[in-house]
Amino acid sequence: MNYNPFSLEGKTVLVTGASSGIGRGVAINCSRMGATIIVSGRNEKRLGETLSLMEEGEHAKMVCDLTITDDIVQAVQALPKLDGVVHCAGIGQRIPAKLLQEENIDRVVSANFKAPVLLQAELLRQKKVNKAASIVFIASIASWSPSLGNSIYSASKGAIISYANCLSLELAPRQIRVNCISPAMVWTDLILADGTDAEQLKEDEKAYPLKRYGTPEDIANLAIYMLSDASAWMTGSNVNITGGAFYS
Amino acid sequence: MELRKFIKDFADQFDDTDASVIQADTVFHDLDEWGSLVGMSLIAMAKTQYGKTITGKEIRECITVKDLFDLVSSK
Repeated sequence: MNYNPFSLEGKTVLVTGASSGIGRGVAINCSRMGATIIVSGRNEKRLGETLSLMEEGEHAKMVCDLTITDDIVQAVQALPKLDGVVHCAGIGQRIPAKLLQEENIDRVVSANFKAPVLLQAELLRQKKVNKAASIVFIASIASWSPSLGNSIYSASKGAIISYANCLSLELAPRQIRVNCISPAMVWTDLILADGTDAEQLKEDEKAYPLKRYGTPEDIANLAIYMLSDASAWMTGSNVNITGGAFYS
Repeated sequence: MELRKFIKDFADQFDDTDASVIQADTVFHDLDEWGSLVGMSLIAMAKTQYGKTITGKEIRECITVKDLFDLVSSK
């Protein structure tokens, strides 16, 4: 019996932020499902580490700082046609609202909102996105679940969700689907931003109904579903994946 | 780094606590206004004003304002 609607065989998928965290997990697990992956990130060495953890295949690297707009055009030119894109690149920040400076806003909004939007625009302009492809944005429950010091990060994720909603309408005529994943806390370097320490988080983790934070693999499995033909009727959705955690 | 300036900068992170009650030997965890948001402000202050990175765990291990000063100085 070969029935497997979740297979990514024959699909070529670009994964940004693939040098660590959720992006790395997505790249590895999608390769296990048969996809050919282009891993994108700033650090060539760490991208190489991701590649070494992936199933063998015709995978490639795209070394690029996506916050440098001029670099995006060239990087996209070198890409093959894509059946999927997973926008994972992003940064965290914890600064109380009272202390925010312009540079704090620019840094986070540039990485978490402006960069994926401009990359997506360039991919479409250069006709790199195949019909019936799937675009996935890693957002966050932070968009609706407030936490101390997280205002700009939360806003940047809310912005990408709103953007993705509109993009899903614009791409629907070509059967291209656009969805967001909103995880609660996932064990990556990002959640340790700005002096947050692991011990504190381990305490918080116990309050989750499933008694743990997520892993990159947990998120990767949802990304696989969204990239696969199993989710052919899903677009414009934002799926929370939280271990049962529901903040209010 | 000067202790007196650090104490003033630290006191600036509070809105309702009178600066005069904050001294080198003040046990800052006992201040009514102390909490995780002020702790986060302190981390941001260490970074922007002193160019030093400190963590929430390190702050928890400090008892007095002088301990905080020593922590930031040691970085």
